[in-house]
Amino acid sequence: MLYALKIAGRYLTASKAQTALLIVGVAVGVFIFIFMSALIGGLAEFILSRTVGDISHITIEAEIDDPAVLISPNDLDGGHVLFVTERGRDRTATLSDAATWLPLIEAVPGVRAVSPQITGAGFLTRGAQVSQVSVTGLEPGKESAILDLEGYMVAGTVRLGSGLIVLGNRLTDDLALSLGQTLRLQSSNGVTATLTLSGIFDTGNGGMDGARAFVSLSTARTLFAMPQGVTQIEIKLDDLNAADTTALRISGLTGLDAVPWTDGAEQLMEALNAQAQTGYFLKTFALITIVIGVASALLLSTYRRRPEIGIMRAMGASRGFVVFVFVTQGAMIGLMGGVTGAALGYLALLPFPSRDAFQAGTLPLDITQGSYGLAIALTLIGAILASILPARSAARVDPVTAIGQ
Amino acid sequence: MTISQSALLEVSDLVKTFGTGDVATRVLRGLSLSLAKGEMAALLGPSGSGKSTLLTILGTLMKPTSGSYNMLDQDLIAADDNQLTVFRNLHIGFVFQFHNLLPDFTALENVIFPTAVRMGRETSAARDRGRDLLVRMGLEERINFPSTKLSGGQKQRVAVARALMNGPELVLADEPTGNLDRASASQVMELIGQINREEGTTFLISTHDEKIAGLCRRQLVVGDGIVTG
Repeated sequence: MLYALKIAGRYLTASKAQTALLIVGVAVGVFIFIFMSALIGGLAEFILSRTVGDISHITIEAEIDDPAVLISPNDLDGGHVLFVTERGRDRTATLSDAATWLPLIEAVPGVRAVSPQITGAGFLTRGAQVSQVSVTGLEPGKESAILDLEGYMVAGTVRLGSGLIVLGNRLTDDLALSLGQTLRLQSSNGVTATLTLSGIFDTGNGGMDGARAFVSLSTARTLFAMPQGVTQIEIKLDDLNAADTTALRISGLTGLDAVPWTDGAEQLMEALNAQAQTGYFLKTFALITIVIGVASALLLSTYRRRPEIGIMRAMGASRGFVVFVFVTQGAMIGLMGGVTGAALGYLALLPFPSRDAFQAGTLPLDITQGSYGLAIALTLIGAILASILPARSAARVDPVTAIGQ
Repeated sequence: MTISQSALLEVSDLVKTFGTGDVATRVLRGLSLSLAKGEMAALLGPSGSGKSTLLTILGTLMKPTSGSYNMLDQDLIAADDNQLTVFRNLHIGFVFQFHNLLPDFTALENVIFPTAVRMGRETSAARDRGRDLLVRMGLEERINFPSTKLSGGQKQRVAVARALMNGPELVLADEPTGNLDRASASQVMELIGQINREEGTTFLISTHDEKIAGLCRRQLVVGDGIVTG
């Protein structure tokens, strides 16, 4: 159907201004589609990075066994309790075989970092001032594996070692601490250690900056009387959206209870879904506008070219040929408008910072989420569908009536 | 119906009614006609006598209400739209009063349209034939001219060349000179006569002009929906 292509092209180039206007109209629709894709995708990325970017994507925690309950063997149905073990003061469970699982977890595809940790509560004492803190023991060298501590450091170094502690700026302000000063940390187990402040961080999160203390894993072992094992393993993934499937995989591999970040984040997920739905609506409206624009322009063209269509039919052009000519026009408009709009969209998004450099106060437009191919493909399909009605109308033109016009 | 040995086409008892009920208008009232191969006939008659309707039916652009139409041993009443489209493309050429060229195409592109639309592309053989026809029409200087920039006479000559492109057995011309000045009209009619003589193409020319009709070897007069003479 080379000849039909030629005629379609000739019709489009015959009315250059009209065709250009039509292509610009389609391009604007595609531009909106791409802009919305980049904005909705970028916004979701921004929200996720701000909310879950610094937390563990998958967490494996030791399960705390309930105290044993002894029931009378003679009356199982009645369940007479004979003896109950009270929960002890120390409820810290241990992943005693962590060292065995770590290499296996690290080898799972998509796992970026694995951080074995010992966590617990403690009291920080500086002179007469006391502050309750949540203590996290990290493996030296993996201080920034989950939370980007290094990126948040405002003083000193993130490097943890024996006898060193890293605190948030709000806590150091409250206790009037400065780098190099010593302080006492008493754990919930009653163990006390004297530590030197080696670094101060500022995450912007009040709870974190005012109540978290990071020490080395070895210091935490001493504080919480845990000579081996860890209390939890935190895992960071390349793609946080893969948390559910990767958690299942890790659970299957290790038998441990791997919990993805999405557990307990239903409200966040609902909000993101609602945002995505809004994006779909806006993009759908953009596509509908394109379809209506192309259909109306081609219908006008069909009406204007009725005598020519009549001549073509009289000269032996089949109805299928006429349909092909007009559908091809629609496809050409869709393709040119789609490519132009996609190119404009890409160029317009270029000045915005990349997803890794999103900053508060700026539009989080993610150039990688422009859905360029999808926009072009949907526009092409939409334009073809839009041209079917005018094309069928053209094919039904009665040559006798049309020639007589 | 059996077509006679030398006849190109035969129609008999053609009836064409437009509209229904009280507003029904019977334009053809049992018209019968036969055209021999190589004939050059004029179709005369007053306005509204049914000349254009007859040409439209003969050109397979419209079907009669009743009657028969055979051409080249084919029953064209029974043929469907696709068959008629192919038949029209191969065997029938049209020349209209208002040239009806495709405005966005050059003279050559207009001429080769009937072949290109059948082949699905513009072949070099088609271009060669198109050029030959335009040269024959005296338009060698206008081959690649946009059709909109041609004069009325030139446009009509391009239309004649287009009608001849696929070497049809029959060319139907509806007032081909009706929109031309005397000189251009004579030129077009000379060309038609020359092609008729040299190639044996059958022409049926609808006209009001007695002088044009006089150039044809046969005159058919249509009146009140039938051939009266």
